[in-house]
Amino acid sequence: MNEKTTLTFAIMDPPFESARSTTFFRLLNVAASRGYNINVFAYEGGVHLPFNKQKRHANGVHGTTLEEENHPLPKEWVNELINIAKQNNGHIEWVNCGLCADERGIDETVSGVRRGSPADFWKLASASDNSLVIGTR
Amino acid sequence: MLISSRDPFECRETENLYRLAVNLNNNGHAVTLFLVQNGVMPARKSAANRKFAGLIRQGIHIEVDDFSAKERSIMEKELKKGINLASIENIINSLAKGTKTIWH
Amino acid sequence: MRALQIIEAGYRGTLEEQDDTIIWLTHAMKGIDADISVLLCGNAVNYILVDQAPPMLQFGNWVQTQATDIEGDLVKLIDKDVEVYVVKEDLKSRGLINRKNIGGIKLIDRNQLPSLLEKYEQLWHW
Repeated sequence: MNEKTTLTFAIMDPPFESARSTTFFRLLNVAASRGYNINVFAYEGGVHLPFNKQKRHANGVHGTTLEEENHPLPKEWVNELINIAKQNNGHIEWVNCGLCADERGIDETVSGVRRGSPADFWKLASASDNSLVIGTR
Repeated sequence: MLISSRDPFECRETENLYRLAVNLNNNGHAVTLFLVQNGVMPARKSAANRKFAGLIRQGIHIEVDDFSAKERSIMEKELKKGINLASIENIINSLAKGTKTIWH
Repeated sequence: MRALQIIEAGYRGTLEEQDDTIIWLTHAMKGIDADISVLLCGNAVNYILVDQAPPMLQFGNWVQTQATDIEGDLVKLIDKDVEVYVVKEDLKSRGLINRKNIGGIKLIDRNQLPSLLEKYEQLWHW
């Protein structure tokens, strides 16, 4: 294996629908802060996480303006985590399953995300020190 | 490491994960059960889940995500004896060491 | 028309939405004078506890500024005269029956559920 720790994560959930996506980002945050190399294989609904057309909104029920609500947008978290990894001499390789993205119309992602296939997941996991699959339920 | 993210009062499969922890332990493996999200629900002293209580009796190492506990108003003093709050960093430590890790 | 919102899946996407989306939906519907009540069961019964304190998320320069406040959102629903029922057995099994709660809720035994459900024309189990 590599000298630098490399971890691969698979995630299947879209944002805003389960606690898993939040925990997944918390895990990435720890690994990125340590300067680990991180691979992400976003499968099924997970391809929504770096979708570039996510938009903030105000919240009438909360009584908040657009700025006050400061609604979380996971695409921004992906950006931030890519930067955190870079600042710590690590790297995030984010692969969105191409067919899953096509099915869902996810045609635009933040920069640093590429399309890929199950073969990419196999290759990335094979070259990693360990992997964690966060399956959907 | 076994990461338990589901409430055993809701999902019976969680008890199968507990059984897996015991069986792995019986096979001589050091097992950590890391509770996260609604998986933290049985950690309170007052929570009644016999299978979970059995894990503690059998000496399975159990950690509770401090973030998930705080979110659900679970105080450290409320935890069952023998289990502790822990940082999610422990999952990354485990992965980095090459420990086989399952998310459930 | 009277409707009952049945919420069973607690803490599902709540940190990213900054609320529980079904409690949010109930607020939105109450805003158009809907005759609506809430039944909490499963792990959503934990929502009635005081001192839920989800930490603010932070990823790099992005810092969460709007805390998720489920107990506060429930209190506001009760203040709007929305009845909030909670299944007693689900509280008991999770060891929550003696924990301090937000007040104003109605505990209900599981065997009383049929009588409760009969009061509503529509039942929405999310």
